[in-house]
Amino acid sequence: MTARDLIPIAVLTILAALLPLVVTSSPVLNFLVFMLIVALGAQGWNILGGFGGQFSFGHAAFFGTGAYATAILQLHYGVNAWAGLVLATVAGGVVGWVIGFLSFRSGLRGSYFALVTLAFAEVFRILANAASFTGGAAGLLIKLDVRAANLQFDDRAVFYWLVLAFVAAVLLLTRWIQRSRFGAQLVAVRENEDAAKALGVDSLKVKLRAIALSGAVTALSGCLYAQYFLYIDANIAYGSWISVELLLAPIIGGVGTVFGPVVGALTLHGLGEIAKQFAGRIPGIDLIVFGGVLVLAVAFARGGILGLLERLRDRGRGMVTRGPKEVSHAGR
Amino acid sequence: MYSPQIILEASLNGLMTGAVYALIALGLTLIYGVLHIINFAHGALLTCAMFAVWIAWAVLGMDPYLAILPLVPLMFALGYGLQRFVIGPASHGDDGNILLVTLGLSIVLENVLLALFQSDTRTLDTDYSFQVVALGPLLLSYPRLIGLGVAVVVTGLLWLLLNRTDTGKAIRAVAKEKLGANLVGIDVPHVYAVTFGLGCACLAVAAGLLMPTFYVNPRIGGAFVLVAFTVVVLGGMGSIPGALLGGLFIGVVESLCGLFLGDSLGQIGIFLIFIAVLLVRPTGLFGAKA
Repeated sequence: MTARDLIPIAVLTILAALLPLVVTSSPVLNFLVFMLIVALGAQGWNILGGFGGQFSFGHAAFFGTGAYATAILQLHYGVNAWAGLVLATVAGGVVGWVIGFLSFRSGLRGSYFALVTLAFAEVFRILANAASFTGGAAGLLIKLDVRAANLQFDDRAVFYWLVLAFVAAVLLLTRWIQRSRFGAQLVAVRENEDAAKALGVDSLKVKLRAIALSGAVTALSGCLYAQYFLYIDANIAYGSWISVELLLAPIIGGVGTVFGPVVGALTLHGLGEIAKQFAGRIPGIDLIVFGGVLVLAVAFARGGILGLLERLRDRGRGMVTRGPKEVSHAGR
Repeated sequence: MYSPQIILEASLNGLMTGAVYALIALGLTLIYGVLHIINFAHGALLTCAMFAVWIAWAVLGMDPYLAILPLVPLMFALGYGLQRFVIGPASHGDDGNILLVTLGLSIVLENVLLALFQSDTRTLDTDYSFQVVALGPLLLSYPRLIGLGVAVVVTGLLWLLLNRTDTGKAIRAVAKEKLGANLVGIDVPHVYAVTFGLGCACLAVAAGLLMPTFYVNPRIGGAFVLVAFTVVVLGGMGSIPGALLGGLFIGVVESLCGLFLGDSLGQIGIFLIFIAVLLVRPTGLFGAKA
């Protein structure tokens, strides 16, 4: 990685970090924290789905695992919240590796992989809804005890900075992946798995590494969600909606790009909020916008918002228009 | 503790629920078999059809079974239009894109229904909703029995359509070899849209059969569509007899799991089968080798 790789990430992070000094209204901060948590989970999805081209429709399996792991460790075993955060992230990585091992070993790709991840998330949801140590349908409440040692802060801004720090760290991680040998192999597997294998890429190993990393990052976001709202149940943590949300953000923002998931999460939730302001009493209006934006993005903006911007920039410079560099044609 | 009679009754009940699963899966498998895509909007389209049946009953006082007759062409037209004017053009022929476009459509449809009807659960009642038919010592639900019969007939009709008509021949040609079909003068986008329309028409029948004993709310389709995916994968993606047998089998599995494990865990048997089939034999029991 060079300075050119690091500077945009650093500048954006610093700018974002200054926000709470200007904005102090707690609904806005709430919105920003939630948006960043979604962005973080979406960054996890993007490692596997964007760079690796393996479209998961069940990333809730990792999000929920992170959320439940930290809650259960704190409630039933008295583990410290920070240690819980680390263990939850590891748990997400392990679950990712196991699901990956089972499905990639059987050679599942494209639609089949999407379906099997969906089914895993659904099994987890039903189990968490029925088992007693996950609190069953009533869910789990993390005890309110506001201390930094418990990862609970009386100032929302502190939590915002914490999530932002993780998002920035994953931006760096993603940039590193993009520049590394591993990233190149991952993209090769996405573009043409058979060709990559013929060139000596161990595609199973590369995909397993990607899904473990992806699961860990998304579990971290689930853990932060549980820690911020101090409550989870099976339908929040393992529900199909979170799987969809984590996939929408990168697709809208720019799949397989470093900033795509963050741009996508901000755009989607921004538009959702605007729609709610205009038609607040109509239930589901923000989701109608989400779905519409998804169809429009696929139809008119391949490569998402970032891909669109790149093409506009090239056109502005008078260059020959070409397809966005990092578009994935996943799903096969 | 479980007498053979209870188990037999649960199995038969499951068989009858399975018939409706089969109908939903039939549409899904047909679309998969020809367009080679997984239609994520299938559940939301089913919900639309169920609301249509409910409206026909609540506003026009129409019997849900009778409502199937006008609803079949309506759903066919809706499916045809969606594929021809939205899904086809928006996805530029890329499989991954189709997956995403149908996902986006399902989100939009589901939430438009939510905006129109709120999240209330609605039911309709008919004289025969709770009627039973005695078969020896067994009591079978009359509307479910009708469902089983209709599902078998519709499967047969669909099979005849595909194997005995020119349209069916065109559909099979496109499914086998898109380019070749195009070269001999088949209008491929039209065939795609017809297939999508047929898949949606199956949902109209399923909705009419479901409503006398079931309820509808804007999110109900999601519950069915996962089961339908399981049926399709189990029966072999694209296989019509596979969808029928798979649907019946899954209905029995769900019913027996519900009996032995309780309601909250009843569906887990379905998903475990789903994962196992995907991992061990993703081409399904009746599917051709991929």
